[in-house]
Amino acid sequence: MSKPISTGSEWTFDLIQQYDNEIAKLAKEFGLDTYPNQIEVISAEQMMDAYSSVGMPVGYNHWSFGKQFLNTSKQYQRGQMGLAYEIVINSDPCIAYLMEENTMMMQALVIAHASYGHNSFFKGNYLFRTWTDASAIIDYLVFARKYVSECEERHGVDAVEEILDSCHAIMNYGVDRYKRPAPISAAEERRRQKEREEYLQSQLNDIWRTIPTFGKGDEPESRRQRYPVDPQENLLYFIEKNAPLLEPWERELVRIVRKLAQYFYPQRQTQVMNEGWASFWHYTLINALYDKGLVTEGFIMEFLQSHTAVIYQPSFDSPWYSGINPYTLGFAIYSDLRRICEAPTDEDRHWFPDIAGGDWVEVLHFAMKNFKDESFILQFLSPKVIRDLKLFAIADDDQEPTYNVSAIHDEAGYRLIREKLARQYNLSYREPNIQVWNVDIRGDRSLTLRHIPIDRVPLGDDSDEVLRHVHRLWGFDVHLESRDDESLLATYHCPPRRESEDLEELEDRIGNA
Amino acid sequence: MTHVIDRRLNGKNKSAVNRERFLRRYRKHIKKAVAEAVQKRSITNIEQGENISIPSRDLKEPIFHHGRGGKREMVHPGNKEFIAGDRLPKPPSGSGGGTGDGQASDQGEGMDEFVFQITQDEFLEFLFDDLALPNLARKKLKDTETFKYVRAGYSTQGTPAKLNVVRSLRGAYGRRLSLGGSRRRKIRELEAQLAELQAAPDVPDPAFSKKDQIQALEEEIAALKSRVKRIPWIDEIDLRYNQHLKQPQPATSAVMFCLMDVSGSMSQMHKDIAKRFFILLYLFLKKNYQRIDVVFIRHHTSAKEVDEEEFFYSRETGGTIVSSALKLMQQIIEARYSPAEWNIYAAQASDGDNWNDDSPVCGKILSEQILPLVQYYSYVEITPQDHQMLWYEYEKLQQAHPESFAMQQIADAADIYPVFRQLFERKAA
Repeated sequence: MSKPISTGSEWTFDLIQQYDNEIAKLAKEFGLDTYPNQIEVISAEQMMDAYSSVGMPVGYNHWSFGKQFLNTSKQYQRGQMGLAYEIVINSDPCIAYLMEENTMMMQALVIAHASYGHNSFFKGNYLFRTWTDASAIIDYLVFARKYVSECEERHGVDAVEEILDSCHAIMNYGVDRYKRPAPISAAEERRRQKEREEYLQSQLNDIWRTIPTFGKGDEPESRRQRYPVDPQENLLYFIEKNAPLLEPWERELVRIVRKLAQYFYPQRQTQVMNEGWASFWHYTLINALYDKGLVTEGFIMEFLQSHTAVIYQPSFDSPWYSGINPYTLGFAIYSDLRRICEAPTDEDRHWFPDIAGGDWVEVLHFAMKNFKDESFILQFLSPKVIRDLKLFAIADDDQEPTYNVSAIHDEAGYRLIREKLARQYNLSYREPNIQVWNVDIRGDRSLTLRHIPIDRVPLGDDSDEVLRHVHRLWGFDVHLESRDDESLLATYHCPPRRESEDLEELEDRIGNA
Repeated sequence: MTHVIDRRLNGKNKSAVNRERFLRRYRKHIKKAVAEAVQKRSITNIEQGENISIPSRDLKEPIFHHGRGGKREMVHPGNKEFIAGDRLPKPPSGSGGGTGDGQASDQGEGMDEFVFQITQDEFLEFLFDDLALPNLARKKLKDTETFKYVRAGYSTQGTPAKLNVVRSLRGAYGRRLSLGGSRRRKIRELEAQLAELQAAPDVPDPAFSKKDQIQALEEEIAALKSRVKRIPWIDEIDLRYNQHLKQPQPATSAVMFCLMDVSGSMSQMHKDIAKRFFILLYLFLKKNYQRIDVVFIRHHTSAKEVDEEEFFYSRETGGTIVSSALKLMQQIIEARYSPAEWNIYAAQASDGDNWNDDSPVCGKILSEQILPLVQYYSYVEITPQDHQMLWYEYEKLQQAHPESFAMQQIADAADIYPVFRQLFERKAA
């Protein structure tokens, strides 16, 4: 047994280094592969800044971040926001923040959680490897910030703000989920920026070439080639490349928002896995410190208290309930995976034949690297976790007079619960599936988007607002159709139309069909 | 490899620009909120920040999201008694919540208002929107002439009452030392010789016997001593008087009289504009004086001293006699605010309505009794209409007393400022 690293609750830079050294040694033993760490000690006010810039170390200026900041500082004053627990930047080196008010125990927890947990997740998970380039992001953010402020100088704050507002409105539609993007590098971006402007303009002219087409107007609709030929799910990209009226600098702003969307995309897809992974490792690493005698009884008690608060899951009927806590779910799944490897039961052998009794470190790393929330839950949510959390599914069908309990944590329900919960984390289930359907390149240049509902769930009431933003970017009429196997459920237009126009169009279509 | 960096010394206000952008965007809302806050506040309590609240729906950043309806299925934790196939009654339609998107972030309660703090400076800026607020720095104000005597060393002239005995005697002693010093030394030397002589054995000397020598020495000593004695004990030249300089002492307290017509013709809108005017004056005075009293006098046909609440928010009906307020103000000055100790300011707001017979009376009271006592009297007439008798009466006053009388017609709050312009420019000279 060694001597504890520290006994008081005060931290010093020296102690932080010592704890980090010990944690790093242990992390290495557990096979955690990380980017180099950069730990920054900051004050509470700076933490608020960090919070409100959505975890970007440098961001462009925009009112929405100001709103976030005001909100954060208010919550902080009211004491609603406990401790700024962890903000960590997916970059190389990986930046984590420690708040000066925290105790030594808390600093050690955050180091284990962020600098070894999240950090190894960023480096290992396939979505991050595919979609983000940790070594280039900071440079890119700096470039973006500078570019935006130059635009503000040249074109005025309002003009820039309008474009950014509109881009933010469709920021969630800025990713090709099935196509690997080219990694971004700031130097390359700058070099190509000029080229891009000129090239794009020439491309555009190509799309919008208006050669008189004699006798083509009376072609039947079905024979006419749509543009784009296949529906496009990356709305921002489509606008950046095709919007007829955008100035080059506006296009560049669209691109900046799109690149950021791309950078945050994996985080939206791996919340449970990522938080669960970080929580599992802070728990495992700090406990290992305790086993080695490097931390005191008091330290570990205080630690367990914080840990419990982090993974607390109120039940569905509690006033504090606001959905499933990703920390809880992720932590439970990883912990149970370890149990399945170390002490498998018959049930585990039946459910996880290729994992039960395996090497837990390897199994956990495999799980962390090759999945996103949806597939991770589908693959690894065990009956025991379902039982522990007492999960049950409720179906709310607007055509039924009652809610229906469709599955609970019993033998008959495990698989159902697993599928239903996994689907809940599927992005297209969480966000409406909207794609670029057609552009009328020969006519009024209008853009038509198509919404494909899942389970008849309609679009929310912001849709008209969002469409206004799309219209601002596109510059010509924008339509949005909600379409369910050939029946048109709803349409939205910007500029708005009278209902009679809608009806006429419907009749035309039905007449044609 | 881990680097630990202390960033605490780096800039704090990374968010300042974004915050400012936010305020800029919601200017309209904030102005409205500030206007409401002013209604609630006392004018002596204007200098603080404010919680501003904006309806959350106005701040929403729209995104495509699912609406309600269709078939939704959600997995929840913490099952207690449900079994598969249970049917639960739905709440009557129209009650919110429901099984929304489990990750919805802003479904908490009391979140339909977005509340945030603005600072005092921001508050004032929104209050007097677009009037570049004067830099309310300490300007050299014309002040009541009170003086304070401060000790300023000693002078050689003064009245006997101010004679400083110690200093005078010290001077005398010094003079005596300097004048008699050499003679005293001589005396000491001679006395030493004398003692030596007396102690020495008698050596007969026919020419200059010891006795003669002693006598000669004694005579010399006596002569010297009488010379020394003739140095005057104290002389005109030694006298020192305490010197006091007269320093003008600005009175550190000011009193501000707010006079307002509350007859039936003054609407709440009129009063709000007047309130802003009073606030601005108060803020200006607050920069200049340590202590400020505010006296509220409201009048219709008769005047009354009231508290602020009543001043701004109670309605009266009936006609208007302005002079009643002026008379009351004069009485209050007499009773409580001696112009020797108080800087008196007055601000009068009215819609210009007055009984015609009364206007000349007002002019008279002002020019003869009030204006000589006050630092500054400002009158604002809140009306878009043509002037009436009172205005013309006051115009005469302004010509007669450009130093201490300002008047302005105000149609809305933005017109308030010129009155202050005058106030400052006059004093800045």
